[in-house]
Amino acid sequence: MSRITREEVANLARLARLDLAESELDEYAQQLEIILESVAKVGEVSTKDVKPMSHATGLVNIFREDITKESLKREEILRSAPASEDDRFRVPRILDEE
Amino acid sequence: MSDLTKLSALELSSELTKGSVSAVEVTKAHLDRIDSLDKSVQSFLHVDKTGAIKQAEEVDKNRKENKKVSALAGVPLALKDVLTQQGVPTTCGSKILEGWIPPYDSTVVKKLKSAGIVILGKTNMDEFAMGSSTENSAYFPTKNPWDLTKIPGGSSGGSSAAVSAFFAPLAIGTDTGGSIRQPAAVTGIVGAKPSYGGVSRFGLVAFASSLDQAGPFARTVLDCAMLHEVMAGHDPLDSTSINQPVPDVVSAAKLQDVKGMKIGIIKELGGEGWQTGVLNRFNESVELLKSMGAQVKEISIPHSLYALATYYLIAPSEASSNLARFDGMRYGLRVDDGNFSAEEVMNKTREKGFGKEVKRRIMIGTYALSSGYYHAYYAQAQKVRALIAQDLTNAFKEVDVLISPTSPTTAWGLGERVNNPMAMYLADLATLPPSLAGIPAMSVPIGLADEDKLPVGLQIVAPFMNDDRMYRVGGAIEASLKTKWNGLLIDQAPALGGAK
Repeated sequence: MSRITREEVANLARLARLDLAESELDEYAQQLEIILESVAKVGEVSTKDVKPMSHATGLVNIFREDITKESLKREEILRSAPASEDDRFRVPRILDEE
Repeated sequence: MSDLTKLSALELSSELTKGSVSAVEVTKAHLDRIDSLDKSVQSFLHVDKTGAIKQAEEVDKNRKENKKVSALAGVPLALKDVLTQQGVPTTCGSKILEGWIPPYDSTVVKKLKSAGIVILGKTNMDEFAMGSSTENSAYFPTKNPWDLTKIPGGSSGGSSAAVSAFFAPLAIGTDTGGSIRQPAAVTGIVGAKPSYGGVSRFGLVAFASSLDQAGPFARTVLDCAMLHEVMAGHDPLDSTSINQPVPDVVSAAKLQDVKGMKIGIIKELGGEGWQTGVLNRFNESVELLKSMGAQVKEISIPHSLYALATYYLIAPSEASSNLARFDGMRYGLRVDDGNFSAEEVMNKTREKGFGKEVKRRIMIGTYALSSGYYHAYYAQAQKVRALIAQDLTNAFKEVDVLISPTSPTTAWGLGERVNNPMAMYLADLATLPPSLAGIPAMSVPIGLADEDKLPVGLQIVAPFMNDDRMYRVGGAIEASLKTKWNGLLIDQAPALGGAK
C-alpha cells in the first residue's frame, strides 16, 4: 500500500473543503496511513459475483403522491441562517470580480 | 414517595396513573437531581427546565380532565443531542451547530411528545456520533457514574450516563456501529438498536445514513421495550422506514422464559485480546441460559472478522457525503471576514467548526470514494458487507438469536485512547456485524468484571424485524440475575456525590 504523504492529505482536505493547518497535515498523514492500512483488509476477501449491499431494507424507490403541502415558514428557517437579506440566505460572493 | 428518581418508568407510570404523584413532581425530582449532581457527570449539554415542566403540567392537566393518556405519560426522558426538538438547541456535540435552534421536531420527538413523555434536555455525545467514549464532544467529556475517571461509552455516552446516574429512567440514543449498545454495556444499563428502518430517521442529523438508527436506553428490559414501542413505527417522511407492524417487544420482555429457544454464540467474538472479566461474565450467562432451558451452540460468522474494516470504510464514506451540508451558508457557524469567497468561507468554517475525529473520518471517506481507490475500498466494502449479512442470515436458519459480549473491555480511563483512533475503533468489534446487516441487537447487564468491578454487557442479536426475540432473551436473563443479586446491577453502583 502506498504511503499517505502530507501532499495527499492536503489534496484530500482540499476535496473535503477543510482548510487544514500545516501542523495537522503531518498528524493526519500518520493516522490516515494506519487506518487505511487496517481497512485495506477488505481486499483479502474474495467477492467475485457478490452484489454490493448499500443498505439493509431491500426497499427501492419509495414514491409519494405529488401533492403540495405546507412546509416550514420562511422566517423560521432564516432565523438560524448566519446571514439573510430580502427573505433569502445571504452568501459570500461565488464569482470572481471582473 | 421517598425518591422518585429511583423508580423505573413502569413504576412511575403506575404511581402517576394511581394519582399518588403528579408529573410535575416527578419531573422536578429529576431536574433537582440533575441540578445537584450533573456537575460531576456532565451528561447534559442542555437542560430544558421550563419546557419539561410545561410538558409535565400538560400531562397532569390531561389526567385531571380524564383524557386518555399513554402509559408513559409524565415519565421523564433524556434525549441525545442529535435529534431535533423544535425550539431547543441541537448541536450534535459540534461547534459547527452551536446556537442552532431547529425549527421542527424529529419524528421520534413527535412520538415522545404525543405519548406525554417529558423531555428533560439534550445529552452529550461524540461529535456527530463519531466515537466510542463521548470524549469527541466539542464541549466536554461525560463521565461514567460508576467511576468518574472512566468513559461512559459512546457515542451516546450522555444518554447512558444520564440513565445510570438516575437523572432519567429513560433516554434516547442513536447507534450507527454500536453507539447505544456499547455505552449501555459500560454503564450497566439496557440499550437497544432496533432493526434498521424500525424507527424513523426524520430529524436525526445524519452520520452514516445506511446504518444510523435511534433506539431506547433504560435501567430495565421492560422499560426499554416500552420506550421502543413508543418510538418505532412507519413514517412516510423517512423513505427507508419499514411499513410493517412494530414487533411486540413489550410482551416479549414480560415473558421471562427462554425454554426451547435456540441460541448461537458467535464464535469469532471473544477469546484472545478480550478482557478476562468480560469473558467470565459472558460464559456465566451462557450457563444461565442453558439452565433456563435454552439450547446453546457455537456458530461461526466467518466474515465478522472483516466487519471493522468494512465499517470504517462505509461509515466514513457516507459521513463525508452527509457532512458536506455543513457549508456555513444556511445554518450553523460561518467564518467570514467579509472578503472571503464562498469557497474560502466553506474551508475556514469547516476547519474551525469540526473536531479532529470528524475531520479524520471525512478524509477517510473522501479517500475511499475518490477515483482510483473507489473499487478497492468503498465498492469492495459494500460487497463484504453483503457477505457479513449473508453469514448472519445463514446463522438464523439454525438459531433464534445470537449472543456475544457487547464490548471487548469494560469502561477504560478518560484520555486513554484519544490519541489512538484504532484502539478506540476496536471497542465496536462486536457491535459492528449486526449494524452492517441492519438487524436488531441489544445489550443487557450481566455483572461486574473481576479485575475492575465495572459493568459487563451481553449482546443479543435477532433477525431483521424480529426485535421481540432479543427482548425475550434479555427479559429472561434480567429476571434471573435480579433474583441472584436481589435487585438490578445498577443498584450496586456507588453513590454519586455521597447522596444516593
